[in-house]
Amino acid sequence: MTELLIPPPETAVPRPPARYHFGAPPWLLALAALCAATAAIPLVYLVVRTTEAGLTDVLDTLVRPRVLQLTVNTVLLAAAVTLSCLVLGTICAWILTRIRLPFQRTLLLASALPLAVPSYLAAYGWLVWFPHLNGFWASWFVMTMVCTPYVTLPVAAALRGASADLESVARTLGRGPLRAFAAATWPQIRPAAIAGALLVCLYSLSDFGLVSMLRFQTLTWGINAAYGASFDRNQAALLALVLVVLALVVVAGERRSRRQVGGIPGRSTMPARAPGKTGPLFAAVLLAAPIAGVVVPVVGLLSRLLEAETLRAIDVPRLVEAIGATLGLALAAAVVAVFVALPIAALAARYQGRLVAVIEAVGFLGHALPGIVVGLSLVFFALAAVPMFYQTSVVLVFAYVVLFMPRAIGSMRSGIAAVPASLGDVSRMLGLSPFQTWWRVTARLALPGIAIGALLVAISAMKELPATLLLRPTGVSTLATELWSRTALFEFGAAAPYAAALVLVAMVPAMLLSGIRGTAREN
Amino acid sequence: MRIPLSVAALVAGATVLALAGCTQAAESTASTADGAFTLYSGRDEALIQPLIDQFEEQSGISVEVRYGNTAELGALLLEEGDATPAQVFLAQDAGALGALANAGLFATLPATTTDAVPAGFTSTDDTWVGVTGRARVITYDSEALAATDVPTSVDAFTDPAWSGKFGIAPTNASFQAFVTAYRVLNGEEAADEWVKAVAANNPVIFDNNRAILAAVNDGVIEAGLINHYYWFAQAAETGEANMRAQLSYPEAGDAGSIVNVTGAGLLAGAADDADALEFIDYLVGAKAQQYFVDETYEYPLITGIDAPAGLPALDSLVNPDLDLADLDTLEDTQALLGKHGLI
Repeated sequence: MTELLIPPPETAVPRPPARYHFGAPPWLLALAALCAATAAIPLVYLVVRTTEAGLTDVLDTLVRPRVLQLTVNTVLLAAAVTLSCLVLGTICAWILTRIRLPFQRTLLLASALPLAVPSYLAAYGWLVWFPHLNGFWASWFVMTMVCTPYVTLPVAAALRGASADLESVARTLGRGPLRAFAAATWPQIRPAAIAGALLVCLYSLSDFGLVSMLRFQTLTWGINAAYGASFDRNQAALLALVLVVLALVVVAGERRSRRQVGGIPGRSTMPARAPGKTGPLFAAVLLAAPIAGVVVPVVGLLSRLLEAETLRAIDVPRLVEAIGATLGLALAAAVVAVFVALPIAALAARYQGRLVAVIEAVGFLGHALPGIVVGLSLVFFALAAVPMFYQTSVVLVFAYVVLFMPRAIGSMRSGIAAVPASLGDVSRMLGLSPFQTWWRVTARLALPGIAIGALLVAISAMKELPATLLLRPTGVSTLATELWSRTALFEFGAAAPYAAALVLVAMVPAMLLSGIRGTAREN
Repeated sequence: MRIPLSVAALVAGATVLALAGCTQAAESTASTADGAFTLYSGRDEALIQPLIDQFEEQSGISVEVRYGNTAELGALLLEEGDATPAQVFLAQDAGALGALANAGLFATLPATTTDAVPAGFTSTDDTWVGVTGRARVITYDSEALAATDVPTSVDAFTDPAWSGKFGIAPTNASFQAFVTAYRVLNGEEAADEWVKAVAANNPVIFDNNRAILAAVNDGVIEAGLINHYYWFAQAAETGEANMRAQLSYPEAGDAGSIVNVTGAGLLAGAADDADALEFIDYLVGAKAQQYFVDETYEYPLITGIDAPAGLPALDSLVNPDLDLADLDTLEDTQALLGKHGLI
């Protein structure tokens, strides 16, 4: 983990602006557009279904007060969770990198662990302790705790690579610590923080498991009801389109607020200082998310296990088979997602323009949609285009890619953007072809960002439920589907090993994630 | 540069695994009597698989089962249309079966199969057959209420004394079937008044029956409207003596006492599949019906099998002259719930 270090390019050369200001090469545009098209499949499906409903039905549905209420609830929750994750995650990252606390490695690792807990499991665990929990504030709290690592990890990585020279200068010139941080360091970590916040925001738009358990009615609640009680696919599609519109607004907003950092020359990083008397306070802030997002739910689940009257023997071969399927599918999804996201990330990191913006935004769409919508759209697509792959792992892995590619795009884009474009120019002048340059210079230097992207996809795929239920090969079970089929029957005794295995398996990539540095630092 | 090697190894390993996974192609099953068929089960694996095992052993037919929840598998079947690999759909509620029948996805079942189940508990046009029944009940917190204080009619929940203390799941199919029954039994005007009054009486809104039961069992709310089956499922897991939530059956004739059914349909492409049909016949046969009574505490729908001990007799519960799968009626019910802001 700590070996995942590379000599930082910015220590070798002052960094010029990473972005080219001329147009992207057509081949890259075409390739990126093709990759983004995979993420547009659900959108095409939704439009087809919505047109089937007819204009009057569409208008009738849209003006229903309940749809407005669901939309308002969705927006409020997403905004509140995003804001609190941004603040808490940035503070945690700052403590992790700037304060010399005991057990530094362990704390870093712990701060990544909430990623390993599926949101529905976290909500369930909290309800065991506090059955009265419900509504907006409960959903906001639990979702914030589960999602904070999406901000903490990239910001901590960026902080480690950030130059501290300017901040020191600002302090010397009389700025207080907060204002110096805001003026000198924040601009450097801002892209990482905002990219993390974007993932949090899209996740909270699309989540159903948590809001359903904590009884806060959002659009995903409405979508599920349309499938479950009205058997009305067209109305479900319409509500999902509302989610798509919200997501596009969010992605566009993120792109606008993600100002590119110019090169900040400098070598030194801020030395970590001793915590003094505030140590326990810092530790408490750091541990809030791991305790609320991991310890409380997991212990709650275990207590239900002890209450269960019918303790069943663990079916070991079956558990092992589910672990194998989960790992295989998640790894495959991670690899494919990296290759599909790479052209989009490369394009977005280096070029500007309306077309680039559209391609990137489309790549993010899948993440804002509930799994059931993406799952059904791929049923529709696979049967029409590649019926021989229907109900095979191929289509399931493809669904994971559509759903989770955005997690890869964000971190890969930051990783590639951090590689000075001038290095590529030098390599070209020295006679390497564009592809050789890409492979031997850019890709290698951006590798941490690429690895982060792959791990995020792997974690998410392990926890995914609704699309897996729809698309898995008949007879294949993952840990998430096994867990679902047991909790559906109140079989806490039988469910516990699967819940434990899921959290443990997802912890592996989470731990790897906490060890990767997004940009390099001085060795 | 140690990282590229380790990551490259990871990538290579993952690719191998991915390819290995891809080779596991779906087997397509032909729609004839070939000793095998595919079942989409909207009911849980732990309950259904033992029954499948029994059937396979007895008939020599092998069954490939795809488990999921009823709503999602219903949406899946609608999406698959004629291309579905499934021959039989086993669903948890009549509404889903009705939606598929309406879309023309089911073959007509032979009368010999459907005649086993009395009218009111099965389809009106033989597109699907009812398999088991679930009574609508009131679950109540036994620490907050004495059994005698539990309302005997759902009309009680319009009383301000119940404000904020009772739970419903208005987006759930079984609750909507109950409201439909209310409309049929008491008329549109009375139903409108009831829904309006309940909506104004601060009901605690849940997504499903299970969550209502959990809330009553934890003392979060005092009562809730659910299907009886959920209580027995949880009691089997945590022990009957440990159940704080208890069940009360609304008086005979009250709309709150209707029976919802689970059922099975034969997909249109499998109209001539003798294996699939044999399985559906098995479901409404004595052996499977007894299995449901013993293992899931559901009502058997054929004559000659007794209801689980402790449950009121099936014929004391009303199923008004009502097609549980009639989607036009369902739409009116949803319009009513929508009008008063419940869905």
